[in-house]
Parts: sequence; structure tokens; C-alpha cells
Amino acid sequence: MTDHSAPPRVPFWRSPTGRAWAFQAVMLGSFLWLAVSMYRNTLENLKTRGISSGFGFLHSEAGFRIGEVTGIPLPQGGFLYFLISLALGLALSRMLTRHMKARTNAPLNTKWFGLCLLLSIGIPAATLFLFRNSVEIAHYTESSSYVMALATGLANTLKVAVIGCVASTFLGLFIALGRLSPNWLLSSLCRWYVELNRNLPVLMQLFFWYFVVFQELPGVKQSIDLGGWLILNKRGLFLPALVPHQGAWLFCGAIVAALCGCWLVLRRAKQLRDDTGEAGKRLVPCLLLLIGLPGLAWLLGGTPFGLEFPVLKGFNYKGGTGLTPEFTALVVGLTVYVSAFNAEIIRSGIEAVSRGQREAARALAMNERQVMRIVILPQAMRVIVPPMTSEYLAIAKNSSLAVAIGYPEFVSVGGTILNQSGQAVEIVGIWMGVYLCISLCISFAMNVYNARIALVER
Amino acid sequence: MAHDIPDRLPPAATVGVWSWIRANLLCPWYNALLSAGSLYLIWKAVVPFWNWAVVNASISLDPAVAKQHSGAAWGFLRDMWPVFMTGIYPAEERWRPLLALCLVLAMVGLSLLRPLRRATWLRAAWLATPLLVFAIIRGGGITGLPEVGTHYWGGLMLTILLAVVAMIAAFPISILLALGRTSNMPIARPFCVAYIELIRGVPLITILFMASVVLPLFLPSNMELDKLLRAMVGITMFFSAYLAENIRGGLQGLSRGQYEAADALGMSYWQKIRVVILPQALRIVIPPMVNNFIGILKDTSLVGIVGLVDLLQIAFATTSNPKWFGRLEEAYVFIAFWYWVLCFGLSSYSQHLERKIPSAGK
Repeated sequence: MTDHSAPPRVPFWRSPTGRAWAFQAVMLGSFLWLAVSMYRNTLENLKTRGISSGFGFLHSEAGFRIGEVTGIPLPQGGFLYFLISLALGLALSRMLTRHMKARTNAPLNTKWFGLCLLLSIGIPAATLFLFRNSVEIAHYTESSSYVMALATGLANTLKVAVIGCVASTFLGLFIALGRLSPNWLLSSLCRWYVELNRNLPVLMQLFFWYFVVFQELPGVKQSIDLGGWLILNKRGLFLPALVPHQGAWLFCGAIVAALCGCWLVLRRAKQLRDDTGEAGKRLVPCLLLLIGLPGLAWLLGGTPFGLEFPVLKGFNYKGGTGLTPEFTALVVGLTVYVSAFNAEIIRSGIEAVSRGQREAARALAMNERQVMRIVILPQAMRVIVPPMTSEYLAIAKNSSLAVAIGYPEFVSVGGTILNQSGQAVEIVGIWMGVYLCISLCISFAMNVYNARIALVER
Repeated sequence: MAHDIPDRLPPAATVGVWSWIRANLLCPWYNALLSAGSLYLIWKAVVPFWNWAVVNASISLDPAVAKQHSGAAWGFLRDMWPVFMTGIYPAEERWRPLLALCLVLAMVGLSLLRPLRRATWLRAAWLATPLLVFAIIRGGGITGLPEVGTHYWGGLMLTILLAVVAMIAAFPISILLALGRTSNMPIARPFCVAYIELIRGVPLITILFMASVVLPLFLPSNMELDKLLRAMVGITMFFSAYLAENIRGGLQGLSRGQYEAADALGMSYWQKIRVVILPQALRIVIPPMVNNFIGILKDTSLVGIVGLVDLLQIAFATTSNPKWFGRLEEAYVFIAFWYWVLCFGLSSYSQHLERKIPSAGK
């Protein structure tokens, strides 16, 4: 047999695979050439400017002031024991679960589940109690190192990002519900809120809040004062602070225990309903737990928390929680900007659920609340969550605009260090690395959530 | 057991102003409450603004007269608007950006005429327009006009220029990135994925800082890059990654049959992409691309942080002018108006396109 079936041999430069490889070789080659030449240029430029490369500079003294210092939790000696005990607790409960599952081939019942919970929370908690100083809250001072300065900036960034995400979600939800309302006035108002906010640059809005709104606020002596609970003036926003007393530990523990207990009660009730069809008791035991345990702790340990109100001393308010104008403007500006986008996402998600679903639910005699909770929202969430993830990422990234209004977050602190030390490559590298980590963490968490609510198809 | 059906009231009227108000604003009782609340909010926001912007405002060009009014001093904008438009561009040369603007508007006008739309000479003219605009605004060289360096460019002109150049430059890069990401080339694909994810994961500010601080370090020491050019490189890098993801969506939106049909016709890879795939894929993603363009337009305001004087920064600069010191609110209203009109116009346009273009494969 001669090879009639074999295709004629094509020279590699005319075959698609050969071309692809040639193209990739050229690409790789030019990339390598670019990288090498950039590396050599950088070394030469750094030498002429007298800057040494490397991350050694991070340990030298910073020497500049940071306007707003968030405490950084630093692990101390006992922290290792805590980690070990955490791992031990989790491993023990996991072993127990698997053992039970192998024996009865059924999900864990309440009793054993409680034991697992006790193991995985109790052991680390006990270790934390034994080594109470295992975590120390460190505060940046001018004599701290650059690492500490960067960590403080990062903590400030995370503070803004977390508050911004939560606040913009709720604000966006309200605006979206307003837009869906049959009330024409309310829905137009919300529509214009959205159109106004999402078509103006976020930096401009931050400037507006910082330079226009905060400048228009009254001075310290004429503060806007809501009975001492909320004081607003040019210097910032002042709120009362929660100050933990002696019994705070006990009280917090009691609340956590009550919540765990409620969860177990609800699980038990659901299991009972699945098995027997009878609704288990839920409300009374939960209320008893939620009120009784903390109340007991209050009686035993005394008042757990006190409120510290800000008071006017000299030229400014002291005590309480003082939020600087920079922080407030940043959080308010980001929240308002992103809430407009979130509102549109939530609205389109709810509108994406087909009319038939709503009509079918009504035909099953569900009331409006049930329709929303059981039929509409679970389906809307599938549409809402992925774009919402990008909005959360946008908040984390846009918090870097704080550099323009002087709030000391990660980019702003890094910029100061860059100016002081001239280590441009390293600082920009650290910025990118850290923001990538933050982005990855947010998208990982949201993807886990998304996988839970996503439509499971065969 | 038969129930007696209780008597019902006749249905409410559904026509007329009053019934519209009753249906939309007053019934049921909580709707009336919501309406009252909304009215209160609108009242609280509109009345002070109206008083400030119209009742107590002055339009005099004389700051002393404007000071006597408690409201807005619109004379400040009448006095300063050429500065808002062009920044610190030399006053006696301001006719040149105006000429460039007229040129672009004329081109847009010509393209809107239906018989001319497919004319070859018009397309050629479009290709030449950016060069011509650049030559008119910058001058020097063969134009015979006095040269105005890029550090004199600013204001709305700079904002629009940055956005348009970034969009035009990012477009081919993003097509290549999207093609690379959807291909199965073992070296090119991870490279594209890494580029897109790296750029999308970091804030624009860090890219701009990189372009303004680190990029000069990467270049040979005898090579100087213009500040504006560096910012443009940064913004283009940033948006090519976002645009690439949009285009990838378009590529994935095509059915496999399109690819297979092109292969069956014996087309080469680039023929297939150019003739079959891209025209369809790009048509799907025009609306998101317009949204992307709105994003660029808004985000160009960040170049102020690396020292360029765009529309937002010029607003600050003019308010520290001794003649009209501290007229921040008026400047804000003015630039907010411009950003809003541009972005809202574009987003309305993209919605119009979304309705007009039938999506492929349906």
C-alpha cells in the first residue's frame, strides 16, 4: 500500500501549528529581550542615581508622621501554641465527623455536632485564654520601620474597603428597591440618584465631599450635635465609643454561645421537620438563649460595656470615636459612588427573574414577602453576585484614590516612602503584589459564595 | 355550602390626571408616605440649590459685584471658561484647539450623512484626522505654527484627548490579547492571561505611578519620555486589559459553527478572524465597549495625581486665581456638568445601540 491516505507534507512555516510556534517563539524572544534590556537599563539608572536595589530599606526607620494610625495585631510568643491548638481542634472534630459518618452513614446529629463545635472552638479559645498576650496590638510611631508604616497603610485601606463594601451594598439595595417601587416620585428620585452618581468621576466626588461638603460644615464650637450621639464639624465626625469593662469577655462569649445554640436549635428543628413533618419549636428556645445567656453574663460580670461620649476639650472633641474628615469623605464618597452601580446591578438582577416565576408563586398563594424571599431573591442572586464581585474589587482598588485627599492608606504611605527612599521599583512592586492579593482574596470569597448559590444543572 | 359573594365597589377610574396621581403616588397608604418623603427630600435639595444658582446668583464679570451676592458667581465661569477648556494653553493660540474641534465635528457631521458613510475618501480622512489634530494643537515642524509643548495642554481638551487616544491605542492591543487568551497556544495564552489579570487586579493609580516613576528607570538613560506620553502609556495598558475581557466575551458569544464554517472554507487563521469572527464579535460587544469608554473618560481624572492638569485639576487651579479666589462650588458645577453630559450622552448612546443592533446568533 502506498500512502494515498496520508496528507501531503506541508512545510512547517505553512502549517497552522508551525506558524503558531513561530509566532510564539518571536513573542517569547522579544519579551525576553525587552525584559533583559529593561533590567539592564534599570540597574544602570539606579547606579547613576546612587540608589541600591533590594528590599533592605524596609527595615530602616520611617521617621514620618501618619495622620491616622490603626493598630496592627502582631503575633507574640504564645501565638504558635494558639495556631497549633486551632489545627488540633479542627483535626479532632474532622476525625470525629468522618468516624460518625462511616459508622451511621448519616449526617451528624445535634449532640455530636455540638461536641465538634466545642472541640474546634473550645480548644483554641482555652489556649488563647491561657496565653492571653499571644497577640499584641502595635501602633505605628515615627520611629517605627517602613514595614510598620506600610502595614498601617494597609490596615487603613482594609478598614475603608470593608466599611465601603457593606455600606454600599445596603445603600444600593435601598436605591434599587426605590427604583422598583410603583411610586413614580420615589422611583424617579432613585433613578436620578443613580444617573447623577455613576456619570461623575469618583475622584471628583471625593473632592466634592472633602473640599466642598467638609469645608461648608461649621467649626468646632458650632458643631452639628445630635444629643452627643453624633457630632459633625470641620474636624470630622465624632461618635460615642464602646469601652469594654471587666465583664466584656464573659458577655461576648455568652453572645457567641447563644448564637451557636440558636443555630443548633434551628438545625434540629429543620431535621425534625424533614423527618417527621412536624415543625419543631424554634422561636421560644432561641429567644430564651439570646436573652437569657447574655443576661446571665451581665448579672455575673457586671455591665460589660460603657459608652464614652466625645466631649469638647480645648480646641477639639476628645474621647469617643473620632473619624477624620479624610476618612469620612473617602468612605462616604466611595459608598455613594459604588451604591449607584450596586443599585443598578440589584435592580437588573431582580428584573431578570421572569414574570412567570412571580405569577406562579402568587398562584401558589404565597404572600408578597414569601414571593420575594423564596422565589425571586434566590434566582436574582445568581445574576447579582458576579457583577457585584467586580464592584467590591472596584471599592478595594478605588480606595487608593485616598492619596488625593490625604488619607494615609496603602498607596499614600507607599508614595511617601517612595519619595523618601527613591526605591521606586520595589514600592511599585509591593503595591501591585498587595493589591493583587486583596483582589484574589475578594474574588475567591465571592466565588465560593457564588458556587453555593449558582444554578446546579445536571 | 355556598358563600355569598360580598358586594364590591365599582373599579377605580384608570384615566385622567387625578387617577394617575392616586394610583402612582397615593395608594396604598404607605405610597402616600413615600411620596411625602420623596417630596421632602427633593424640596430640601432643590430649593437651596435654586436659591444659590438662580435667585441669589450674579453673572457680572466683576468680582466686586459678585461678592455682594450670596449665591453663585457665574461671572467666574464666563471669565474663565477658555481656561477650563484648554488649561494653560497659551491664550493667543487657543484658536488652534478650536480649529481641531471644528475639524473633528465636521468629520462627525459628514459621517452622519447617509450617502457619504461608505465613501472611501471619508475613511481615509478619518485615518488622517488624529495626525492632523495633533499637528494643529502641537504645532512646530512643517506646520509653521509656533510649537506648544504637551506640558501646556490641559482642561477638557486634555481629558478628551487622553480618553480618545487611550481608546484608539488600546483597541488593537486588546484584540490581540483577547485572541491570545482564547487561543490554545501554550506560551501565548498564559502570557495574555497573566497580563490581563495582573492589570485588572491593581488600581489605576499604581499603574500611573509606575508609568511616571518606574518607566523612566526601565528606559535607556539618554531616552526621555514626555510626561503626557507616559500617562497615555499607563492608561492604555490599563484599559487594554479591561477591553480585552469585553472582546473575549464577544468571541465566546459566537457559536462554534462560525469558526468551523470558516475553517471548512479553507480560510487561514487571520482571514477567519478578520472576515468572519471579529466583525460579528465586535458588533456584540459595542455596548459594553461604549461603557468601557465612559470608564476611561471618568478615570482620566486620575492623571491629576501624577501632575497633569486635566479638567478636574484645572478647576482647582482656577479657584486659587486671586481674582476669583475660592469659587470652588461654581467650578465644580461646571466640570460636573461637562463630565455628566459626556458620560450620560455616551451611555444613552450605548443603550440606543443595544436596542438597534440585533445580537448575533439570535
